Amino acid sequence: MIRSEILKEIAPILRDQLVVCNIGIPSQELHAIDDQPSNFYMLGTMGLASSIGLGLALAQPKPVIVIDGDGSILTNLGTLPTIGNNAPANYILMIIDNGSYGSTGDQPTYTSQRTDLAGMARAAGCARVVEVQDKDTGPALEEALASGEATVLVVKCDSGNASMPVITMDPVVIRDRFMKAVSA
Amino acid sequence: MNIDKRIADDLAANGVSFVTTVPCKQLAGVIQEIEGRDDIFHIPSNKEDEGMGLCAGAWMGGKRPAIIMQNTAIGVTINTLATLIQYYRMPLPMLISYRGELREPVACQVEMAVHTKALLAQLNIPTYHFHWQRDVEELDNILKYTFMCNKPVAILTDANFWGGYGDQ
Repeated sequence: MIRSEILKEIAPILRDQLVVCNIGIPSQELHAIDDQPSNFYMLGTMGLASSIGLGLALAQPKPVIVIDGDGSILTNLGTLPTIGNNAPANYILMIIDNGSYGSTGDQPTYTSQRTDLAGMARAAGCARVVEVQDKDTGPALEEALASGEATVLVVKCDSGNASMPVITMDPVVIRDRFMKAVSA
Repeated sequence: MNIDKRIADDLAANGVSFVTTVPCKQLAGVIQEIEGRDDIFHIPSNKEDEGMGLCAGAWMGGKRPAIIMQNTAIGVTINTLATLIQYYRMPLPMLISYRGELREPVACQVEMAVHTKALLAQLNIPTYHFHWQRDVEELDNILKYTFMCNKPVAILTDANFWGGYGDQ
């Protein structure tokens, strides 16, 4: 499966949750598949989805699901120790690990070679780290929501992108409707 | 006056309850003060752009954030300031140690100091420079201004403000 197929499959789970979605094609895919006010789409700033989601989870009690990528995590590796030492129970970091920088032409990342993000998350202090194959994402995400523990979920899948339109919504609109969903 | 306590008191009085820090020798006291307080949650960052991501999330979650960092971080965070904090119009007070200014003992620090105000000006970031300890009296107004306008605001604090390095 590629990322967009996973997102289609888990859209019914994501719909009722606060979601922080990584920059580029992941946000375009989520926006096209099931746009919700409770989705925060990153339009820029490679690497920071996991950090934005962590700040949000620490600031309020609702569950927060971050949809991140292997390339984005590698860009901001310092995030893993911060998560490992601070993540509250309502934080789920789902890393869709397709071994490539999808938004820039599918150049391979190091996770397609020797680098193991689940191992790195564990070494950084993350207590609940789960690695699954693409087809098992839905049950693993539901388990993470039910676990009552901060979870890093590494989803191994194929490289590839769906062709979706660029998000043209104004960033302040995205942010404003998201904040209303947070406080609802 | 205990300057570290004064700064933390002003942050708390303005509702700032989520502070991330990347350390600097000049900031050690204020970081220690914030770490010890019950009314402010302190989360150290490994890099300043990561810290700004934390602050953005905390603000959307209903907390007033602040970041404490060195001016060298301006070189690290320009993209984050432009495409996250400014683009989504978020407030972010940045208490910044202004290394490389008067009474600085480390020559390399001057190399970023000479770019600091120019970079902040290029980004249209409101910038205040604390040189004398009494300049801290502006902090309360600066924080109110930051959360009024939903912008990143820089407060540069040089070695003279912090009392120098003893021999300089």
